[in-house]
Amino acid sequence: MSSAVSYGRKDKNGYRKSPKNPWGNPVVYFISLLLIAICIGPVVYIILGGFRSNAQITNDPAGMPNPWLNKNYLAVLSSNTFWVELVNSVIVGLLTTIGVVVLSLMVSFVIARYDFKYSKVMYSLFAAGLMFPMTVAITPLYLLLRNLGLANTLAGVILPQIAFGLPQTIIILVPFLKTIPQELEEAAALDGCSRLGFFVRMVIPLSMPGVATTGILQFIGSWNSYMLPLFMLSDPSKYTLPLGVQMFSSQHSVDTASVLAFTSMSMIPALIFFTIFQKRIVGGLTGAVKG
Amino acid sequence: MNASKETGARMKKKSKTVVKDKWRKGLEISVLSVPALIMFLGFVVFPIVMAAYYGFFKWKGFGSPTTNGTFIGIQNYITIFSDAEFRSAVLHNFIIVIGSLVLQAPIAILFALLLNQKMKGRAIIRTLIFVPYVVSEVIVGTGWSLMLQSEGAINAVLKRIGLQGADWISDPKIAMWTLLILITWKYIGFAVILMLAGMQSIPEELYEAARVDGAGFWQLQKSITLPLLGPTLRIWAFLSIIGSLQLFDLVYIIWGQYISSTAGTSTMATYMVREGRVSSNYGYGSAVAVVIFVISLVVALTYQKFILNRDLDGALTEKPSKSKNKSVSAVAEEV
Repeated sequence: MSSAVSYGRKDKNGYRKSPKNPWGNPVVYFISLLLIAICIGPVVYIILGGFRSNAQITNDPAGMPNPWLNKNYLAVLSSNTFWVELVNSVIVGLLTTIGVVVLSLMVSFVIARYDFKYSKVMYSLFAAGLMFPMTVAITPLYLLLRNLGLANTLAGVILPQIAFGLPQTIIILVPFLKTIPQELEEAAALDGCSRLGFFVRMVIPLSMPGVATTGILQFIGSWNSYMLPLFMLSDPSKYTLPLGVQMFSSQHSVDTASVLAFTSMSMIPALIFFTIFQKRIVGGLTGAVKG
Repeated sequence: MNASKETGARMKKKSKTVVKDKWRKGLEISVLSVPALIMFLGFVVFPIVMAAYYGFFKWKGFGSPTTNGTFIGIQNYITIFSDAEFRSAVLHNFIIVIGSLVLQAPIAILFALLLNQKMKGRAIIRTLIFVPYVVSEVIVGTGWSLMLQSEGAINAVLKRIGLQGADWISDPKIAMWTLLILITWKYIGFAVILMLAGMQSIPEELYEAARVDGAGFWQLQKSITLPLLGPTLRIWAFLSIIGSLQLFDLVYIIWGQYISSTAGTSTMATYMVREGRVSSNYGYGSAVAVVIFVISLVVALTYQKFILNRDLDGALTEKPSKSKNKSVSAVAEEV
């Protein structure tokens, strides 16, 4: 308790602590552990379940793998389906992210740095896009893409995802680009740099932190997206991982262990990605929302 | 001084080439903004407008609605509102809206208070409670539906500690609770992170002053943290409400198209997909989309008018200036 008091005064990292903490540390740790267990328990269950056999799962649904089997994972890793879907997901995710970032950066630069009549209107238009979730547009969107000959192609998923990703990204990038000092632009102009040159040479490098955050959010959104691929893709060779997981689990509904192995294999890339970028993801989300 | 010199030089340069510069500026604006505008108008605005148009037709989606479909006026909308299944879907959506707010807000605040304490490993905890949010709905749905089966892991654990299991997914008395708990599990990490960010922007001096006046821990939270957390809470509630009204993935994956209505978890979006895409009634599906849109918009605008605009000043629609600095600092903090 006495150490708690001294912590409260020092507080190096800016986190506060009441000097008279009525909970005491052990309770705090206990609740935290419980919280973690609830949050990642099901995820761990899926991963561990992949190491078990169906007989093990039937006999004791909540038990540990005994013995540990890796045949389910090996089966997934050696199946064509998984890799095709993984590649599709990567293609869709990367192209969506690149598309959203490039287009948003361009239009955000215009909104943030050019003085013209319609800049506010443009900003409001994109900002209003936040209120139009894909659910509402999905039926006519499918018809539109079918008429364009893009149904059942990855482009049919990528293009709408880019369009629906623009509002969130522009909302984050415009204020970010506005913070680049005017003096910098003037100095660049004095050195004979055109506005476009300024955009390419200064704005793009300077906005990389903001771009990284929004890009990561877009990639994760695309990686997890379900409704749009469900509408657009009918050919299993075009499936992305979420559709693949669903197809696999309905085809192998009696083979629970394989379903769990397939599910965890499709989740692991996202988890690795999240672990690498978790600071940016968490920060970006709070930033986006607070804005 | 330097700055005035610079602007002077710049203005001189400008006046020489003012016509050319103006023309060039317009060209730059178009080149940079047209691609995004086309994408946005083409794939976001246009489909929503088309939904309103298609909604007046009985149409299977082939050819054009005027030649291959029948114009039936507002008949689709009459059918929608007289369909008991749609009305119960709307009811479910509103139960989910209220349930998510009531369940998640107190839990998120308590956990954020907990994580706001000085302790070791807080960064790890913060990362781990965020995992469910990052994992896709499909995986969450597949994993949980296996665990929630009557012979699944949840019932096995309950049995081991001497409790009676239940039919979590198909029992209509329980299914909605199951869904609410799953939603809470999936999205609580996001709420906690938001609340934490809100708590850490409260000035420490307030707590110190109150402590000097002899306030205890809970008193501090009640009279300082909670009131000052207001703006964060209201923004979070807005996002949660919009998300609840559009809920689709989790329900569709766990309950499927047909069981969801008998289990009492169908939502407007699952109804739309089932009656529109799956049964190829594109006119009707579009009309349902319009209804969802209008309901969401009315709820969003009402919320914004009466609750949100106290601290937001319409950041989503206009006057972005006030909120800008906040988000920049939030992004910049991470950098």
